[in-house]
Amino acid sequence: MNPFLTSSEWWMLATASMCGLLCGVAGCYLVLRRMSLLGDAITHAILPGLAGAFLLSGTRDTWAMLTGAMVVGLLTAAGTSWLARVGKVPSDAAMGVVFTSLFALGVLLISQAADKVDLDPGCVLYGLLEFVDIDRVRVLSFEMPRAFATLAGASGITLLLLTVFWKEIKLVSFDAALATSMGFSATLIHYVAVAVIAGASVASFEAVGSILVVAMLIGPPASASLLTQRFGRLIAISASLGVLSGAIGTIAAVRLNTSIAGTVSVVVGLLFALALFASPSQGLIATWLRRFSLTLRVRREDVLGTLYRVHAESNSRATARDVQQLLTGPLGTIARYQLIWAKFIASQQGQAVLTSTGQAEALRVLRAHRLWESYLWRDLSLPVSHVHDPSERMEHFITDDMARDLEAHVQNERDPQGRPIPQSDA
Amino acid sequence: MIPAALPNAAIAIDVHDLTVAYHRKPVLWDVDVQVPVGKLIAIVGPNGAGKSTLLKAMLGLVPLASGRVEIFGRSIREARALVGYVPQRESVDWDFPIDAMGVVTMGTYAQLGWLRRVGQPQRERALAALKQVGMSDFAQRQIGQLSGGQQQRVFLARALAQDAALYLMDEPFAGVDAATERAILDVLRTMRDAGKTVIAVHHDLQTVPQYFDHVIMLNMRLVAAGPTNDVFTQENLQKTYGGRLNLLEQAAEAVRRAGT
Repeated sequence: MNPFLTSSEWWMLATASMCGLLCGVAGCYLVLRRMSLLGDAITHAILPGLAGAFLLSGTRDTWAMLTGAMVVGLLTAAGTSWLARVGKVPSDAAMGVVFTSLFALGVLLISQAADKVDLDPGCVLYGLLEFVDIDRVRVLSFEMPRAFATLAGASGITLLLLTVFWKEIKLVSFDAALATSMGFSATLIHYVAVAVIAGASVASFEAVGSILVVAMLIGPPASASLLTQRFGRLIAISASLGVLSGAIGTIAAVRLNTSIAGTVSVVVGLLFALALFASPSQGLIATWLRRFSLTLRVRREDVLGTLYRVHAESNSRATARDVQQLLTGPLGTIARYQLIWAKFIASQQGQAVLTSTGQAEALRVLRAHRLWESYLWRDLSLPVSHVHDPSERMEHFITDDMARDLEAHVQNERDPQGRPIPQSDA
Repeated sequence: MIPAALPNAAIAIDVHDLTVAYHRKPVLWDVDVQVPVGKLIAIVGPNGAGKSTLLKAMLGLVPLASGRVEIFGRSIREARALVGYVPQRESVDWDFPIDAMGVVTMGTYAQLGWLRRVGQPQRERALAALKQVGMSDFAQRQIGQLSGGQQQRVFLARALAQDAALYLMDEPFAGVDAATERAILDVLRTMRDAGKTVIAVHHDLQTVPQYFDHVIMLNMRLVAAGPTNDVFTQENLQKTYGGRLNLLEQAAEAVRRAGT
């Protein structure tokens, strides 16, 4: 039987995961400062930096590449903010112009150099994760792929900087003006962060290429920001998602025999979609569930209120038919079971009746309703005919505290139609 | 903390012949103003008068075309630890993943300086500051879930935690409810009674005499500055707000006449 992954496939997985870790951490800065487009700009614009460094040094030496990329990355960040300031161009347009032009320049430089040396545009754009195991280096007597060693080194430096400047980075990300007024130069920290991101992009090039690295920089932090509202956790979750994307993506790509970098980026996207739907606090599913449970609560309270009016108040317009109608349909059926389960209503000869706890709850809703009617009538001078419908909506949202305040305010024992306002038992 | 011996300690901030320009277009012309220690000072003026710019120039956040700013007789750079800044509430991202306590703790960073980490003393100071603005129950609340007034109080608490001698605040009363406005005013008065100086950009002209000891009236140039009682006059208001206030006055008079 074949092993789960071959040794060189394990190295692909390790490299992709290390890339996910590095980008997942570095990208948090961009997402937190709402500068995601700058990530796009940097990763594209450093292409001519790479090509230039290569043409000048004649080697694919990591340090030459890193230097070239950082210089151009910083120039991009400075150039776009200068254009936006001086040229009166919106900053996103400035970025769009700068990075596409630099990217095109890089493509030209690489195609020019391509016939002389082995720098393949395809490799730069899409990465060569599949062949990562061919180019090996020896680090501390361990032999490992060069790309992995580069990524591990870059991750180490990034994590070190993050740990050392934790409070400064947090402050600048949240309130750059305050940081500068306190003597922590926001500009300095910003450009260091940009240099780190440019470095992370270069280190990731060999793994995922210059285009898909954007997905790695922005995807995991964006997903993490849906999952937590704490600074530290955001970075930790983002890093974990990056690692997870690298691992899942590699395994899937090996099994499906397709591009690893592409699959990893698709996994980044899928994890984002998952976070978008399933985040416990901000996810779409959680939101839908909250809305649905609110709709159910409104229905239950309407049933209780109507039942009370039918049975306890002789002059009410509400009828048993209204109650029946509220309890039918899918929503009504669920509401009925919930009310019976909570012992708010019971069934007597096929008719729903209030229990004593149900009656207390009905009185609470009715009290909110009539207090709100009184308030609208007295304070907002609405005609009596106009106060019922808004109160029918508001009664579900008036807390006991608000009801107490309203009662003290309207100081009336009867609502505008002259019906008694139930008193609170508390 | 204010160092024991401050040179020229009666003057908190001395702005000398200050001109600020954006793209060479001056937005503040030749402003000369001296702010006394231990007072509440309002900066008033119409939109575009350069109020926030003056504040930023005092903080060293914008380049000066000419002139100089001295804080307690020192340069801005030397006096950084003595100055607290409360930016406009809209200037930050309230969806940022941080709780109220985290924001207030940032106030202590200035005294910590580079690299030193937040410890128990800083956390205690932050909590005390939150308590002083009546927000200690909300310490762990994500800042985006706070109301506008509560957010403004968090900003104020951050300034308190900074423990500066001079505070520069950009519209601390903007968009807050009446209860918060009173709470903020109480805190400002407590600060003044403790010898702090507070300069605030303020929009509500009606409350200027009630809230502030001194006033700086600005409309791209300095119109007047001094004790509110002496300076906050109809004449100066007209100079500051140009014809607009005049028109408003006429309009108000017309309404009054029509109503009686």
